Amino acid sequence: MSVKLIGKHEKDSRACRDAVALTLKDMMGKDESIVYIDCDLMGCINTKQLVAAYPGRALQAGIAEGNAAGVAAGLSATGKTVFLHSFGTFSSRRIYDQIYMSAAYAGLPVHVLGSDAGVTAAFNGGTHMPLEDAAMYLSIPEATVCDPCDYEQLASVVRQLPGLDKGVTFTRFVRKDVIRVYDEGSEFEIGKGVVLHESEGDAATIITSGIMVDEALKAYEQLKEEGITVRVIDMFTWKPLDEELVIKAAKETGAIVTAENHNTVCGLGSVVANCLAKNCPTVQEFVGVNDQFGQVGPQAFLMDTYGLRAANIVAAVKKAIDRK
Amino acid sequence: MKEFNEKSLQVLTAEIRLETLKIIRSRGFGHVGGSMDLAELMAVLYGCVMNYDPKNPRWEDRDWLVLSKGHAGPVAYATYGLMGFYPLEEAYTLNQPGTKFPSHTDRKLTPGVDLTTGSLGQGVSTATGAAVGNRLDGRDNHVFCVIGDGEADEGQVWEGLHFAYAHKLDNIIYFFDNNGYQLDGTTAAILDHGSLTRKAEGFGLYTQEVDGHDLKAIYDAIRNAYAKKGVPSCIVLNTCKGKGATFAEPKHDHSSQPNEAQWAEAIAAAEQALEEIKNS
Repeated sequence: MSVKLIGKHEKDSRACRDAVALTLKDMMGKDESIVYIDCDLMGCINTKQLVAAYPGRALQAGIAEGNAAGVAAGLSATGKTVFLHSFGTFSSRRIYDQIYMSAAYAGLPVHVLGSDAGVTAAFNGGTHMPLEDAAMYLSIPEATVCDPCDYEQLASVVRQLPGLDKGVTFTRFVRKDVIRVYDEGSEFEIGKGVVLHESEGDAATIITSGIMVDEALKAYEQLKEEGITVRVIDMFTWKPLDEELVIKAAKETGAIVTAENHNTVCGLGSVVANCLAKNCPTVQEFVGVNDQFGQVGPQAFLMDTYGLRAANIVAAVKKAIDRK
Repeated sequence: MKEFNEKSLQVLTAEIRLETLKIIRSRGFGHVGGSMDLAELMAVLYGCVMNYDPKNPRWEDRDWLVLSKGHAGPVAYATYGLMGFYPLEEAYTLNQPGTKFPSHTDRKLTPGVDLTTGSLGQGVSTATGAAVGNRLDGRDNHVFCVIGDGEADEGQVWEGLHFAYAHKLDNIIYFFDNNGYQLDGTTAAILDHGSLTRKAEGFGLYTQEVDGHDLKAIYDAIRNAYAKKGVPSCIVLNTCKGKGATFAEPKHDHSSQPNEAQWAEAIAAAEQALEEIKNS
């Protein structure tokens, strides 16, 4: 892992989806076993260029996601490294049985990419807003689940996926505008959380991922101004969870706040709570979508509505510290 | 494809039926009906059509079989055992704790099983994906996918055929086991699908309809399919569910739990059928 934090809350000039498209383009040029399948959404993540560059290895399955997932598993059985993309909703709940049985249960790795994570589905609205996508994959044995926060981290995750030794993987990501958290050249390790701030006097730990990383960094700054120092961990791998890092943070800071762009039921907060309950019961507060459905609107409106802001994290940290 | 030899395939068919019964009898109950009606197809495929290596089940240039109707596992276990993938006795552990022979075919457990099936409809897609992979690798092999007629209720079956047509996959043959029955009754009564042949034709597949218990007709249909380029093939097999199982055939049962006397009668009848063919 080699991480260069920027953390200035500035938008990346690059579209986040290009971290998938350009990284895959590079990987497919070097490795002929890689196959890419899409469900009539190539235009949404700029992967039509893969069809032009690698005809035959970038496949269109049309608007039939269940079949696409099965085709992906069958390709995997012939020794291919298979990436499958659709929107987060369709790449999780729409294909859950196919991914579960045809791929995971059958021991056939498929790397599923779910775009428009959580409230970033914005103007596609509640029907397209995946707030349960990761939950479904968390419940599949041997699966890997990632929620990267920016271009650099997403590219690093995509590069690593073929090297995992087993299981299906699910990576949820943002298509368009994203805050740039990390500088070029950053490399991450799937399964290892990234400590963004830590000091001896930390009164609590914020464990977060995805678009909530920037909100957590803002919360850190606000709390610091008030004289409260907290640890901040970017836990971009939800499964397998970096339990060692969670336990260390719990023991050293005594209070945990999780912040996620997902339902707090069966999401990052839940896997962290599971770890804490088994290893070192610790006060925890949950920031995220509180068991509600999505709805249509600008991302900023949705983040305000569902309480996915730095202010929500600040309040949760104070509450957690009070409960210690 | 090897030369067609009717007598040897008749013997193999009778052996598959007998062994399928013995395997299910080892547990006492199971999916007899939809296993027994595939004996002729399995005999043709493994007796003179498919290339495979029992000592190396994952041989990369092999032909693939995907029983999308995964509950027909026992007929596959009987066939693989007869072909030398493992001693047949091993399959007499069907559904026992720790067995390699579960109700539904599982690629991680059983030598010879190419893809895991059980949730109906899914084997059509995975078989199709395997055909894409084989074509990408330039292999001169085929994938054979067996679909139940009840299974054809699943929309995923048709998504798979649609994909195969659009991608011009001519290295895959889909078989419909058209026995007319599903768990709750006849396919016509449960969810009438009209003509599977016309449906498959409508999806653009080169489609043939044959008597699923006529060895030569199955063989010829596969040969015709091999000759058809640029389009996937479908062969609708008109079959009798439970064929050759004395307790299952009359009512075309989906699952059977016969008593000991019924088992003895069925095994004896299958043994007699085998002897008669050998001596004919």
